[in-house]
Amino acid sequence: MYQYSDFDEAFVRTRVAQFRGQVERRIDGSLTEDEFKPLRLMNGLYLQLHAYMLRVAIPYGTLNARQMRQLAMIAERWDKGYGHFTTRQNIQYNWPELRHVPDILDALADVEMHAIQTSGNTIRNVTADHFAGAAADEIDDPRPYAELLRQWSTDHPEFQFLPRKFKIAVTGAEHDRAVTRAHDIGLRMVRRGGETGFEVIVGGGLGRTPMIGKVLRDFLPVEDLLPYCEAIVSVWNLLGRRDNKYKARIKITVHEHGVDEISRLVEERFETVKAAFDGTAMDLLEGIRAQFAPPALPPRGTGAYDAARDADPVFRAWADTNLTPHRAAGHAIVSISLKKHGATPGDASAEQMRVIAELAERYGHDEIRISHEQNVILPHVALDDLPQVHAALKAADLATANIGLVSDIIACPGMDYCALATARSIPIAQEIAERFEALKIEHEVGPLKIKISGCINACGHHHVGHIGILGLDRGGVETYQITLGGSGAEDATIGEKTGRGFGAEEITGAIERIVFAYLDLRQGREETFLDAYRRVGAAPFKAALYAADEDAKKDRADAA
Amino acid sequence: MSRAFTPKVVTANSLLEGDAVWLTEDDRWTKVMAEAELIEDEAHAQIRLLDAQARAGEVVGPYLADAREGENGPEPVHFREEFRTRGPSNYAHGKQVERA
Repeated sequence: MYQYSDFDEAFVRTRVAQFRGQVERRIDGSLTEDEFKPLRLMNGLYLQLHAYMLRVAIPYGTLNARQMRQLAMIAERWDKGYGHFTTRQNIQYNWPELRHVPDILDALADVEMHAIQTSGNTIRNVTADHFAGAAADEIDDPRPYAELLRQWSTDHPEFQFLPRKFKIAVTGAEHDRAVTRAHDIGLRMVRRGGETGFEVIVGGGLGRTPMIGKVLRDFLPVEDLLPYCEAIVSVWNLLGRRDNKYKARIKITVHEHGVDEISRLVEERFETVKAAFDGTAMDLLEGIRAQFAPPALPPRGTGAYDAARDADPVFRAWADTNLTPHRAAGHAIVSISLKKHGATPGDASAEQMRVIAELAERYGHDEIRISHEQNVILPHVALDDLPQVHAALKAADLATANIGLVSDIIACPGMDYCALATARSIPIAQEIAERFEALKIEHEVGPLKIKISGCINACGHHHVGHIGILGLDRGGVETYQITLGGSGAEDATIGEKTGRGFGAEEITGAIERIVFAYLDLRQGREETFLDAYRRVGAAPFKAALYAADEDAKKDRADAA
Repeated sequence: MSRAFTPKVVTANSLLEGDAVWLTEDDRWTKVMAEAELIEDEAHAQIRLLDAQARAGEVVGPYLADAREGENGPEPVHFREEFRTRGPSNYAHGKQVERA
């Protein structure tokens, strides 16, 4: 993986020293909160309901064991012994004290990490396919490009005061695991003839105005990546609305001006900008690429793996659910579920982080990934090592066999932590997971993505959940609205609202009714929930959801 | 006719720890909402908010939150304010354990 250059090291250390001074000046009264707030946000420090929250960037979701151990150390020394992995592949600490934050940032710098541009109206952490460098369906590893974008966007002088935040996602695979169509810029690697380039998607996003991104260029040569992205952000920087923060994201700019006009402006700007990019970036890219060279994965037997499958049904169930084919024979991509039934989605204790680090070092070529689905990935594990890996995960409460199933729920922190939330997300996720565990049907149900957000900002990606749940405050009561049929994959779709929302005590029953309706109407196990929904539409699900409402209406009519 | 004034408390987050605090009648910042001053007069509420805003070295973002008189002192009206008196629901962290 990428190693900091002297420049990176000096830059990050300088920022920590600067922020240390800023914190001191805030505490001694030389800075007001109005002056301090934009400074702390530039360094990832929020103030939430119960405490400060520090959001640490995990560039394109890639970590090594040393970094994971440091995250564990920080959780224990300055927080409450755990961290929360987010839908943007970052980690959040929910309880740091203001005085300690500069020390935490120094500890992060010790392992080449930081919290820069994890907040504020800047280009945020660039996210990528969490199976990058290992997936069988990959054209090229997206991470060198994501790293190049990180270097370009970090402290970019033109882009520190954008109209709003700006998010970029990159994938190198056929199957879109990076939700590229719901990003300000989505980059999908494609091949044309013998050349590799990008399909550039712009103006996607969730939040209060969800939109699926539109293709701005169907093929962008690799060498044009930076000038073209610079042209896009630069056009939006001038055109984007600063009068209304809810209309400021590029999705609104594209919607208001039309993709053709945006394309014209971007191409025009690109011609000007391009001259400033003299090829240095391409030299840099070559150097970066070398650092992402795949590990040597010599052929291994599968005897131990096959024997464990035969002997241990728990191992087999886990292997069937949590493994993804690797491009190298005799190897697998391991997804470690952070969604134990009843646990907080995305949370890992310091002890669990250390176990993951140990496994990555021993069996996984020192590579760890964080997925936007809030799980942890060991991308390169030999099949024959899996019995040991599974045993260690089991001992650390990390062997839940539910990847991609009902209980593998994305949930934002919601009103348990977040100051913007309008309702809680975590207890809803916990209850749904426990309900389906009690019913013992999630393996029968098959692939089904439930995503929960605790407010309209949609950090929990509810719009693109096969079943989406949005928590709202309706007259001082936590109320949950359901959407159906969303997808964040290459067939990206915004889910449709079903109708009236449900109270906290009703929502799990409502989800259960939807799932049972699906089981009743599917044409066989191979027809997934999403396929079935697309075939039959919303009507049968609405009927299952609101049958009691209809009965009550009928009773009232009969009584009248 | 003007609407009846809903009683208020002044609340904020402490500057150093970031946790929820409330303003008491004797000008302390308390971590226990029941010790807060329950303000039943609108003009007085605005003055108390100004007092709180002047104490930027101790707290961040003071605001007036609806409250009602409870058995032991002011109680929250809205669920968000109730969560602030307690902490998150997924772990026994925050005020719910500090108080115990």
